[in-house]
Amino acid sequence: MAEQLRDIVLNYVTKEYLEDDSEPLTYDTPLISGGIVDSFSMVSLKRFLETKYAISIPDDEATPEAFDSVNKIVTLVERFVAKKG
Amino acid sequence: MSNIGSYEERLKNFSWEIAEKELGYKPGDVLNIGWYCTDRICQQGQGSKVALYWEGHAGVERTYTYNDIRLAANTIGAFLRGLGIKPEERVCLFMDRIPELYLGFLGILKVGAIAQPLFSAFGDESLLVRLSNAETSAVITQKKHAPKVRKILEKLPHLRHLIIVDHDGVAPLRNREVAFSLEKAAPVDTFEIHPTKAESPSVVHYTSGTTGMPKGVKHVHYSLISQYLTAKWALDLRDDDIYWCTADPGWVTGTSYGIIAPFALGVTQCVLDAGFSAEAWYKFIEKRRVTMWYSAPTAIRSLMKGGDELVRNFDLSSLRHLASVGEPLNSEAVVWSQKVFGKPFYDTYWQTETGCIVISNYPGMEVRPGSMGKPFPGITGVVLDPVKNEPYTAPGKIGLVALKFDWPSRMRTYWNNEEAFQKKFRGGWYMTGDRSKLDADGYFWFAGRDDDIINTAGHLVSPFEVESALLEHPAVAESAVVSKPDPINLEVVKAFVTLKPGFAPSPDLDLEIMNFIRKKLSPLAMPQEIEFVPSLPKTRSGKIMRRILHAKEWGEEIGDTSTLEND
Repeated sequence: MAEQLRDIVLNYVTKEYLEDDSEPLTYDTPLISGGIVDSFSMVSLKRFLETKYAISIPDDEATPEAFDSVNKIVTLVERFVAKKG
Repeated sequence: MSNIGSYEERLKNFSWEIAEKELGYKPGDVLNIGWYCTDRICQQGQGSKVALYWEGHAGVERTYTYNDIRLAANTIGAFLRGLGIKPEERVCLFMDRIPELYLGFLGILKVGAIAQPLFSAFGDESLLVRLSNAETSAVITQKKHAPKVRKILEKLPHLRHLIIVDHDGVAPLRNREVAFSLEKAAPVDTFEIHPTKAESPSVVHYTSGTTGMPKGVKHVHYSLISQYLTAKWALDLRDDDIYWCTADPGWVTGTSYGIIAPFALGVTQCVLDAGFSAEAWYKFIEKRRVTMWYSAPTAIRSLMKGGDELVRNFDLSSLRHLASVGEPLNSEAVVWSQKVFGKPFYDTYWQTETGCIVISNYPGMEVRPGSMGKPFPGITGVVLDPVKNEPYTAPGKIGLVALKFDWPSRMRTYWNNEEAFQKKFRGGWYMTGDRSKLDADGYFWFAGRDDDIINTAGHLVSPFEVESALLEHPAVAESAVVSKPDPINLEVVKAFVTLKPGFAPSPDLDLEIMNFIRKKLSPLAMPQEIEFVPSLPKTRSGKIMRRILHAKEWGEEIGDTSTLEND
């Protein structure tokens, strides 16, 4: 699941948040600290993950650190998907 | 001893001539902010002093002395002049917080053109409205933001140049595009600065209104006088300070107190161009030994969320004075700051239209947590009775914050909209649009807005602008946009939406509409919640009653509903 999830998140972030795609994103590109996704836009990214994976990420877990790269997002989502059972 | 000394004494003997004399300005002289911020400091023998420490993503760092920023502003100015940019033409800065934003601002002013900073997260519709209204001649931007301008280029006949500061040559330049590299350009040492005068226009900042499209607030070079003195007295900026203003120059705080005031005072300032994280901010303060820190309540509340323990991991002992702006600073944040930093945040109050701090808590004066403070010397601020349009004489009554419109950095008009400018006045008073009360000692206490404008993280969002954009989505029939409370951002945008036939509410549609607004307007304007409703409350004449929805969100009394349709 991890690989597929990683690509889904990467493609979504690229499509929705990257204006200039001449420098492609990697799984570890800093998204929040790198200025690609701001704290307001994080809300829509969180909503996407919650809708897509039928999970609910509490606000105190949706931190800039937890959303700072595709790999970190994948770790977060996997944790909540596992919780769901 | 603070710069202001005794507030009461300053009130007795105040004149803006204090600032004029310190700056060596006499009425009628040439007054160019670009020159005052660079050449003048160098002429005072401070050319080798650091003007700007800059840090970007991935640890990239640059340091500029006052002579460096003088040369850079000259070089950018010469480039603009070479392109044929004339005095009073509008040149937009549409960039992240990279050095070219700060230096370009000064270069634009040096050639006598008008700087038009726009927040780099703006979407194409937000850009179009502002660039069309200002009839902007050139946009200076980065490769990453250029696509948004390209998308609307054909609708901007006045825009002659799209200047890209980091063009790498991989993709060819397109129609109207030109590359400029500050690093590669030959530095211009001698430059003839345009001889602007006190009333020459300098900056146009766009701000949101309750009705109608955003308005361009026109400022003039004479604004320097009050920006200089308020930074010195209210922010207590000193010669040996390391100053950090966290505001983005896409907004007025970032230009008045992130460029003009600190450079005119010859202070060393630092800029961090990276997304927010509490740890990164503390690390930056520790590394740069920041002494004066000017930030915003949303950032302070986000730091509070990070916890007290995190603060203790850093040496923040360099901090001497802290101040805040953008939204009301809640008393909890002031108390928390005292606990963890050993000093309170001093709240300051002002607006895009005022150009400088107009009400403030001052160093040396008792801080009353949660209060906006007192009017700056030379500025008359009152709480106006909304019925009689006269100042309340007794304390404790909530009324409208009004100002006598006579200080140097007040706006001169709204760009191409004198009618809207005139509507800001009532009985000779400038109406801020905010409500407040006074206590017995003359401190102002914020009580809310007097209109529907949404203040989210210190940025004003017009419900009208969001509603207009929502209507362009194929599924939306009608909408009403209001604020809803938020623990970090004070308020966020909420939209009530009715759908056209053939569309049904769903999580996917909800997300689609959110992203539609984010890209069209900006992330700030994106509704963080959308409620699909079968109908909206309207008056019998068909006007949507936002106040009913607003009251519901804030748990307030709905009030008079006698005009409600189908009541």
